[in-house]
Amino acid sequence: MDLYPLILAFPLIGLLINAVLGRRLGVRGSGAVASVAVLLSFVGAIQAFIKVRHLVALGDGEARLVVRLWEWIHVGGFSADLSLLFDPLSVVMILVVTGVGFLIHVYSIGYMSHDRDYARFFVYLNLFMLAMLLLVLGDNYLVLFVGWEGVGLCSYLLIGFWYDRMFTTKMSNAAAGKKAFIVNRVGDFGFLLALFLIFTNFHSLNFDTVFAAAAHHPAATGVMTAIGLLLLLGATGKSAQLPLFVWLPDAMAGPTPVSALIHAATMVTAGVYMVARSHILYALTPDVLTVVAWVGGLTAIFAATIACTQNDIKKVLAYSTVSQLGYMFLGLGCAAFGGGVFHVVTHAFFKALLFLGAGSVIHAMSDEQDIRRMGGLRHKLPLTFATFLIATLAIAGLPGFSGFFSKDEILAAAFSRQPALWGLGVVTAGLTSFYMFRLMFLTFFGKSRVEPERAAKLKESPPVMTVPLLILALLSIVGGLIGLPPVLGRHLLGGFLAPVFEGLHHIEGFGHAEHLSASKEWLLMGISTVAALGGFLLAWTRVHKVGDKEGLFAKSRNGFYRLLEDKYRVDEVYDLLIVRPLSKLARFCWRVVDELVIDLAVNFSGLGVRLGGELMRLFQNGRIQSYAFFMVLGLVMLLIRVLVQQG
Amino acid sequence: MIDSWILTWLCALPLLGGVAIVLIPRERADLVRWWSLAISAGTFLLSLHLWFHFNVADTGLQFVRSHAWIPRFGIDYAVGVDGISLLLILLTTLIAPLTVLGSWRSVTERVHLFHFCLLFLQTGILGVFMASDLFLFYVFWEIMLVPMYFLIGIWGGTRRIYAAVKFFIFTMVGSILMLAAIIYLVVHHQHVTGLMTFELAALLTSPLEGQAALLACLAFSLAFAIKVPLFPLHTWLPDAHVEAPTAGSVVLAGVLLKMGTYGFLRFCFPLFPEAVHQITPWIMTLAVIGIIYGALLALAQEDIKKLIAYSSVSHLGFVMIGMFALNLQGLTGGIMQMVGHGISTGALFLLVGMIYERRHTRLISDFGGLAKVMPLYTLFFLITTLSSIGLPGLNGFVGEFLILLGTFQVSKLATIFAATGVILGAIYMLRLVQQVFFGTIRHEENRNLGDLVPREIIIIVPLIILMFWIGLYPRPFIERIEPSVNHLLEQVDGVEPAPTHAALPIGSGGALDNHAVIPVAGEGK
Repeated sequence: MDLYPLILAFPLIGLLINAVLGRRLGVRGSGAVASVAVLLSFVGAIQAFIKVRHLVALGDGEARLVVRLWEWIHVGGFSADLSLLFDPLSVVMILVVTGVGFLIHVYSIGYMSHDRDYARFFVYLNLFMLAMLLLVLGDNYLVLFVGWEGVGLCSYLLIGFWYDRMFTTKMSNAAAGKKAFIVNRVGDFGFLLALFLIFTNFHSLNFDTVFAAAAHHPAATGVMTAIGLLLLLGATGKSAQLPLFVWLPDAMAGPTPVSALIHAATMVTAGVYMVARSHILYALTPDVLTVVAWVGGLTAIFAATIACTQNDIKKVLAYSTVSQLGYMFLGLGCAAFGGGVFHVVTHAFFKALLFLGAGSVIHAMSDEQDIRRMGGLRHKLPLTFATFLIATLAIAGLPGFSGFFSKDEILAAAFSRQPALWGLGVVTAGLTSFYMFRLMFLTFFGKSRVEPERAAKLKESPPVMTVPLLILALLSIVGGLIGLPPVLGRHLLGGFLAPVFEGLHHIEGFGHAEHLSASKEWLLMGISTVAALGGFLLAWTRVHKVGDKEGLFAKSRNGFYRLLEDKYRVDEVYDLLIVRPLSKLARFCWRVVDELVIDLAVNFSGLGVRLGGELMRLFQNGRIQSYAFFMVLGLVMLLIRVLVQQG
Repeated sequence: MIDSWILTWLCALPLLGGVAIVLIPRERADLVRWWSLAISAGTFLLSLHLWFHFNVADTGLQFVRSHAWIPRFGIDYAVGVDGISLLLILLTTLIAPLTVLGSWRSVTERVHLFHFCLLFLQTGILGVFMASDLFLFYVFWEIMLVPMYFLIGIWGGTRRIYAAVKFFIFTMVGSILMLAAIIYLVVHHQHVTGLMTFELAALLTSPLEGQAALLACLAFSLAFAIKVPLFPLHTWLPDAHVEAPTAGSVVLAGVLLKMGTYGFLRFCFPLFPEAVHQITPWIMTLAVIGIIYGALLALAQEDIKKLIAYSSVSHLGFVMIGMFALNLQGLTGGIMQMVGHGISTGALFLLVGMIYERRHTRLISDFGGLAKVMPLYTLFFLITTLSSIGLPGLNGFVGEFLILLGTFQVSKLATIFAATGVILGAIYMLRLVQQVFFGTIRHEENRNLGDLVPREIIIIVPLIILMFWIGLYPRPFIERIEPSVNHLLEQVDGVEPAPTHAALPIGSGGALDNHAVIPVAGEGK
């Protein structure tokens, strides 16, 4: 039986069951319902994959299945239907989303076992799967936008899941959720305007129609540039790129499985997906593509430097995510659309693993997240340690691990496009290796700095949590094999995705990817390996060797270090430039403009009319007594008016 | 022939029911409530006939009925419904029983009079939406002020008299000028044709021209703009909302404001097409200011009701720009947004009423952490909030998106500014949600608040269902609106409107458009 047309129905049914019965099912029952729902979607995704691969193998270019659900908004010439598009790109995405999503659902059964609100948690999680699938499967920009907003909503709800707790001393979880939603709305503002421009120029929001129209009759350069930049603004919101990345680190207020699923593996890659989906529009405006590359490259190094100084295990991973997303944008910007998607896949494996591993640590440490109070955990948490190490090797880009291949592909593309961008990427690779091994050493090596009462309870997580870790570890090792560089073998993912990016062949300058010569290819791989090893050595000497000596965590060394610790104080700048002036302006509009200017004008014009009327009567009347009488009356009324005004 | 009498019945039933309250003994307040509920629910069921028997293919008025009323002045009792008024009538009849239920416990004084006023008000509003004779329209327009004035003035908060008087005077100022304009129209028609009539269809045959049309259009527009309310004529609204009892606020936000936008569509557009084009840039500018300004004020509020009141100024600004985009998407979106705003803001006021009944305060700072004690209430409030801020999949998005899409084809600059309202909307509503529902419980009084009772669930669930329905499958609504909008556009432009993307005449001449930052590309390269 074909399950893929029902792929949305499973999480929907799952969330409805949990919404109604969740509390009666118990955490295992509730979690099982949610997990099975996602598993069924995963099976559907595999079926879709097999079908689409078959179509790709046939090679007639139309490797796609469309499932039309229902007519949504039709007004005059505008139409957008709720229909699903299964093509190689969306199939790759849904495989990752449902596959990794399933593992995280299972893991959550263990992680949330002590939380009373597990039913609500699984409802949100299934709702997220629904929205995410809608996002990647929609066959037009408007359905994509529905999913886009839907995942944002789930992110908001899950960041604030423990709504009565504080995230930091200054910020509550609920405030962190609100921040995420609002920053994303800034991106959505750009996205919406892009949709209007697309519709105005290409008379449709349907991917096929828009891309065909754009490829054959592109709009004026200014318009195309605007579309590209506005879409990019949307992407920087959802995928936490400069300048809208500020919400993601605070999104760590959510439960750790959420950080793994939404804020690492899937939702935050939506921007990458969207740009890859819109590749035609970007290929038509090479300048915008360059902007994409620079945004990605700068974000990558910017966030990596912050990650080097953070002491919260999840914060390190959060900035690492921002940085790795930057890599993906760098790849997209260098026209390696497939490479960007490849990194989405491998990153989903190792970053989900890192977060789940961190979750396992946090769980074992009774909710401690500060790595300064960890150390030596490898003995107590052997499975978590082993899998975390594998993920670290993968993200650091050690040869053979999955991250190595996808990163290499992006760096190669950057090298042939703009060596400066490649330089950014290589330095970031070194930094990545450094902060990850720093995290590794401080958490799992050295002497234990764990508080005694926590140390007493320290034990490895149950199998329901460690089995997903093991599976993800396996994927983090072998996941790279789907995209070998030309010198090593076949790029299976690239071959599979080829029909999606076929349209690029018709656009000038994008005909065929220039292959680097084999020697250059080897050289680049060598350099990035050296960078990774360099980062490792630096962490070894500066962190591990220093060990537990005093001074490792001393407050400040120099100004730049403190600036990094304070995350470049971007939040403070935004607060000063946007948040505070906005609330000042709001109060000004209320107290001054509305209550003083407009309301007084209104009341006085009322008064004026009335006095005018009285005056007219006086002139007609002509008796001296009434002159006096009305004058007094007028004064009294004026007085009353004033009194009422003040009262 | 139910079709020809249905509108009359609909309009008369609440009033008759209201008058019959006199027969209920003084001490039987409970009976009054049940009676009022029965009448308003009955009216709603009756109005469903319109929904099912509405002919989508017919662009004109349907279910029409016309009788001579004051033949000496050519005044008729003439009623009819098209796709635009259909939805507003249904919105009115739907909201009425919900307001009765919403006042079940909160109104304990002068219950007879209260429910009389509610039912009377309903007749007035329904009359406004179905009248096709200008005099009849004016009568309903004015008469509905009376019960509303009493609702605010008797059952309102501490500054109720001030609010009621302000509301009354504001509206009167506008409507008197409108009356003058109506009479001018009729006299003009008599000059041209020799016939005296107040019937809209007849008056359309002798259009005013030039300066006269502009002046008459302005007179109408002022009356309607006050009702909408359009910036800077909005200051009566927050006062009225804050002071009004729950039922008053719900009707006010849910339906009454739409009388203003409806007035533009029904009268200004067809009667003064050229003048409408002339005032469009001004209206657009004011509406865009209203969107941002209303949102900013909502951001600063400490009283929940006042916050929602200012959010209405912002949302109605959206409706206005959509309508004055004068194209299919904008107008359809505007009407969808009228309905959508009625549902979501109506629901918000009902929800605020529920919490007010429990705590007798509406200050945001008096709450916090309610999610813990009132999970169901929190869920409904959250869904309503999301619908209000235009989350796709809920009703608000459909209207908002179509409005912006329509406006974009006319003025990019206006759209860009208006779209910032989308960001601001999220800020003020989520701030409200955060401070009321999340965090820890800071006030002991909130620790033992009870969650929703069945009566309250019955009030809110129909609105929640509608939010999802319109958001996910708006087709039944759009297909009823679209023919009437097309017809309206023909009247305004005198030509068959192009179905899509055709920039309308005002696009090139509008003041806003001169500053468009992004050039429209036709056939590039």
